[in-house]
Amino acid sequence: MTDDRRRPPVTPDAWRHLAAVTPARIALGRVGDSLPTAEVLRFALAHAQARDAVHTPFDAPAIAARLNAMGLAAVRVQSAAPDRATYLSRPDLGRLLAPAGQALLSALPATSPDMAPDLAIVVADGLSATAVHRQALPLLHAFLPWARGAGWRLAPVVVASQARVALGDRVGQVLGARAVAVLIGERPGLSAPDSLGVYLTLNPRPGRLDAERNCLSNIRDGGLSHDLAAFKLAWLLREALRRQVTGVTLKDESDRLLVNGHAPIVLTN
Amino acid sequence: MAAHAPYRIILGPRTWTFVDLKDLMAKATPPRSGDRLAGIAAQSAEENVAAKLCLADLPLKTFLTEALVPYEVDEVTRLILDRHDAAAFAPISHLTVGGFRDFLLSDQADGAALAALAPGLTPEMAAAVSKIMRNQDLILAAAKCRVVTRFRNTIGLPGTLAVRLQPNHPADDPGGVAASILDGLLYGCGDAVIGLNPVSDSLATLADLARLIDGVIQRFAIPTQACVLTHVTTSIELMNRGVPLDLVFQSVAGTQAANEGFGVSLALLREGMEAALALKRGTVGDNVMYFETGQGSALSAGAHHGVDQQTLEARAYAVAREFRPLLVNTVVGFIGPEYLYDGKQIIRAGLEDHFCGKLLGLPLGCDVCYTNHAEADQDDMDTLLTLLATAGVSYVMGVPGADDVMLNYQSTSFHDVLYVRRLLGLKRAPEFEAWLATMGIAGADGRPLPQSPGHPLLAGWR
Repeated sequence: MTDDRRRPPVTPDAWRHLAAVTPARIALGRVGDSLPTAEVLRFALAHAQARDAVHTPFDAPAIAARLNAMGLAAVRVQSAAPDRATYLSRPDLGRLLAPAGQALLSALPATSPDMAPDLAIVVADGLSATAVHRQALPLLHAFLPWARGAGWRLAPVVVASQARVALGDRVGQVLGARAVAVLIGERPGLSAPDSLGVYLTLNPRPGRLDAERNCLSNIRDGGLSHDLAAFKLAWLLREALRRQVTGVTLKDESDRLLVNGHAPIVLTN
Repeated sequence: MAAHAPYRIILGPRTWTFVDLKDLMAKATPPRSGDRLAGIAAQSAEENVAAKLCLADLPLKTFLTEALVPYEVDEVTRLILDRHDAAAFAPISHLTVGGFRDFLLSDQADGAALAALAPGLTPEMAAAVSKIMRNQDLILAAAKCRVVTRFRNTIGLPGTLAVRLQPNHPADDPGGVAASILDGLLYGCGDAVIGLNPVSDSLATLADLARLIDGVIQRFAIPTQACVLTHVTTSIELMNRGVPLDLVFQSVAGTQAANEGFGVSLALLREGMEAALALKRGTVGDNVMYFETGQGSALSAGAHHGVDQQTLEARAYAVAREFRPLLVNTVVGFIGPEYLYDGKQIIRAGLEDHFCGKLLGLPLGCDVCYTNHAEADQDDMDTLLTLLATAGVSYVMGVPGADDVMLNYQSTSFHDVLYVRRLLGLKRAPEFEAWLATMGIAGADGRPLPQSPGHPLLAGWR
């Protein structure tokens, strides 16, 4: 029994097949000029899940244990923001090391200046611990061969809770590193609650400007792959150390070295 | 210079004191988390209104002699004061801030009067009066202002609302970007600009994306402009390499130090503008700059000089104004809850930004948006979009399904724009509206027509 008056008056879009080529919400159709009910509720569910991701606790002990299992030393620190609510409303506190973490890093064995680490790696929760839980270790796994190949000295990995990007400036300074890479959870989107960002800063010290950093963003399944992100980080670090600069004057030209869209085997000129 | 400081007002048994002009401005601002974060907000509801009362009695011309950010250390202050047009200011030079509000809402202040006044206003004057205006005042006064700009079409005519088509993709995939462009065009969006936020800052990738968007515009003869939103130095480098760029984009802020945080200066912006002008790619006009701003960016860069975020936002418009932009939009809820905590604060800020921008003579649009760590949702966006559309906002964003899958925030959708057009009878830029009709995408009433798979845009996409 079909009765046109009982059918929902949805106008479908003739380009529905294109939705397969992007995660963007295209070809949703319309009722009059408005969104169909199913999409309104699908969106509401995604928003609810993203809201929940912001408040998922960071499992720093598990991250540290997995780093150790990869053969990397790990140190756990906290920012000066004691909890999530403070973290969200006080970004200034998320950029500062809590005294205990500061003491822990200062107590690490000192290196002579000519043996200074080339890179300090900070794994930070940022706005999505979920992103760090899923992406940080696979990214480092892909990055380590580049670091070994280049002969870079790595400082112990710092696992930082309730942390913002600029916390890495202080960490890098205390560790005496030539550069710092902060791997941090980006703020969750509706389709991507688990996207990781990496911020690379040469000669880290408090007061560094955002324009003095290079950023790789959207590292996740369906975004920038771990292998490609690791290669780009290696390229940026090599160029940063060679040209003694990071930020807006260091343009990412690593794509020229890609082979069919994939990272090359070795880092050549 | 501090001839009036400290500012005092007696209310019943209490005397309220404000140590200087920036303190008075900050305390008079409607409550928001960013000013609290900066430690400059009013401590009580009564102090907030006491500051408004005190500010209402302040002569407008005070702002010409008392700089909130020192002239000596800040090129934005120098720009504001050096460029001030005393003749344009003369008709209101006798007014207080409160008198200025009355003037703006009076019948004397029609569109022509306000347009003539704009070069005589400093951003601090606009910010000050906004602080004592209610939301309806901000809407009504802004609705009187008309700012028209042109590149390949005409943006800002009465009764129109333009849309930036924002076809972002999490991996800059050309096919994915093209699919979102197609979706937006078939929903009648893209007259403000087809503007992509790339993930990459690699020159090769950016050049490919710029050529992709330019190719769509050229192939279908769309009367609109393209932009890849990247740093101004990157745009200059791309133009040097012969890549087709229509508009030069840059985020700007209201202090020199905050702009340094973005890696820009007035001289660098001028260099970008001149490079784009030299390409002569506009057909009906030569407004070649596209700026984005947002309350909280200066504090975020540690560059706020103790000035409240709304005043600094208005100062960013002075930076924009210097370069005759085609488009300027506040990205109002993007920066997060530490600056604008919830839907109420985002809505208020959006209306303030739009009012201040329009009053200063800018083609102000708004990215009506929020992030997932803010206390806001789609209902708040519906409210702000509807209010801004009634206020005559120049353009808003069009993001597929309101979900930006690259920048991870929610903005307004193609459907949202159709809703507000239908509700308020708003047209698109006329050249673009005509193109949609020619292509059979929209009917004479501007509403989208059902499409078959054989439509030239769909057939041509393969």
